[in-house]
Amino acid sequence: MTTATHGAPAEDTATSLPRLLPRSGQHPEDWHAHMARHGRLPYRDRPGDLILDLSAAGLTGRGGAAFPAHRKLSAVLDAADKRRRPPVVIANGAESEPASDKDATLLWLAPHLVLDGLQLAAEAVGAEAAILYTHTDRRNDVGRRLGQAIAERVAVGADRVPVQLAEAPPRFLSGQETALVSHLAGGPAIPTFMPPRITERGLAGAPTLVQNAETLAHMALIARHGPRWFRQVGTTAEPGSMLCTIRRADGTPRVAEVPLGMPLRSLIGDLGPDRAVLIGGYHGTWVPAADAMRLTLDNASLAAVGARVGAGILITPPPDRCALTETAAAVRYLALESAGQCGPCLNGLPRIAAALTEIAVGRQRRQTQADLERWAGLVTGRGACHHPDGTARFVRSALITFAAEIELHRRGRCSGTSRKAFLPIPRDSARTEEDWM
Amino acid sequence: MSEKLLVNPIECAGHGACAELLPEMIAMDEWGYPIVDGRPIPPALERDARAAVSACPTLALRLLRS
Repeated sequence: MTTATHGAPAEDTATSLPRLLPRSGQHPEDWHAHMARHGRLPYRDRPGDLILDLSAAGLTGRGGAAFPAHRKLSAVLDAADKRRRPPVVIANGAESEPASDKDATLLWLAPHLVLDGLQLAAEAVGAEAAILYTHTDRRNDVGRRLGQAIAERVAVGADRVPVQLAEAPPRFLSGQETALVSHLAGGPAIPTFMPPRITERGLAGAPTLVQNAETLAHMALIARHGPRWFRQVGTTAEPGSMLCTIRRADGTPRVAEVPLGMPLRSLIGDLGPDRAVLIGGYHGTWVPAADAMRLTLDNASLAAVGARVGAGILITPPPDRCALTETAAAVRYLALESAGQCGPCLNGLPRIAAALTEIAVGRQRRQTQADLERWAGLVTGRGACHHPDGTARFVRSALITFAAEIELHRRGRCSGTSRKAFLPIPRDSARTEEDWM
Repeated sequence: MSEKLLVNPIECAGHGACAELLPEMIAMDEWGYPIVDGRPIPPALERDARAAVSACPTLALRLLRS
């Protein structure tokens, strides 16, 4: 494992990591450094080869859903052919999950790798426009740096498809695909209802390809080194490497590039049986440490505890914090970040958040837990987006994983001794429609 | 070809007309929003399903060919 913060130099073999992040550590790569490390992009006059190679590589989306990348490209290409309409390609760098830092880190350190992938994807589907959509408030000056990176490429004539930079509002849902399309069309960054899928009709009605920033960076490397190289790390079913954000109790969060299938133990260290790991962030799953120590970082393994790799967020709160208080704070944030468009989410999430707070502060009533279970069921699958589903999954996993702590709270006690919040929660929530723009 | 019911949860304002006209396939949750049975509509209920779709004041309910 190599980390962005330590950036230890490693041998240049196919299986060594990192592949995406520069080995020089924290120093951002400009065009020259990028070309020195990776060289030119291949097969630009045979754009169809990218889809074949992505299929052979088995690359899946690294934004959380793990959808096969080649299938998304094929769908957009087919829609464009059928409707004789040039598609639009969007690099999604808006990692709105507050606990995640991997796309921001990648865009800061290796913007050209993402822009290479954006270019290749655009050429592969015959797009005439490409957009890099990202938060610009997560890193000092990242917006300016990305603007510079795009200008560097224009100066050397690297790109055939012009790239525009677009800013995502600081909302939890702003990276959701339909919210992103709505925002780029000049509206608020709130989800819209499907069908039609955006691969059919997205931005301004054009077939639209949205790929996570990290997914595009992997594409840029698969184009250069081939699918066989990509598969030299990871598992057969889930090949390659992925960026993870790891927040351990004892230190600052760090971003690491690790192979799929890596034991969680080697990522988060040995944890005592009274601890828990949050896998996948605030739409993710709490897993007891005893289970986590036996699992590996791939969906096949995590399915055993109902968890998913997601966008690679792993959080192990310190033992002096109350997990219920932490979860209640995160769920309150999720409720406030609901776009409020769908009845079940609008009604359910605030009630779920309030009930969880009752439990956390030791004021739960006899029916509180039953209410929570029922509401979690009622909101699942009933929104235009998966915000209610993800929130319900997170809450249910807390009810199961922290059952003993809930019992303690019911008797007026709490195992937490520090009130300092550990899970990162943004302070501001949306008040008016302007906050979604 | 069978059809299924699909509700657009953004458009749905919880008027409840659909659940009144097609209680066999649409229940109301405790907040007044429809819980729609997503299985193919049995032939015997097709008329009522169409009535429910046309009765929705916000045009949130539709039939989807499957």
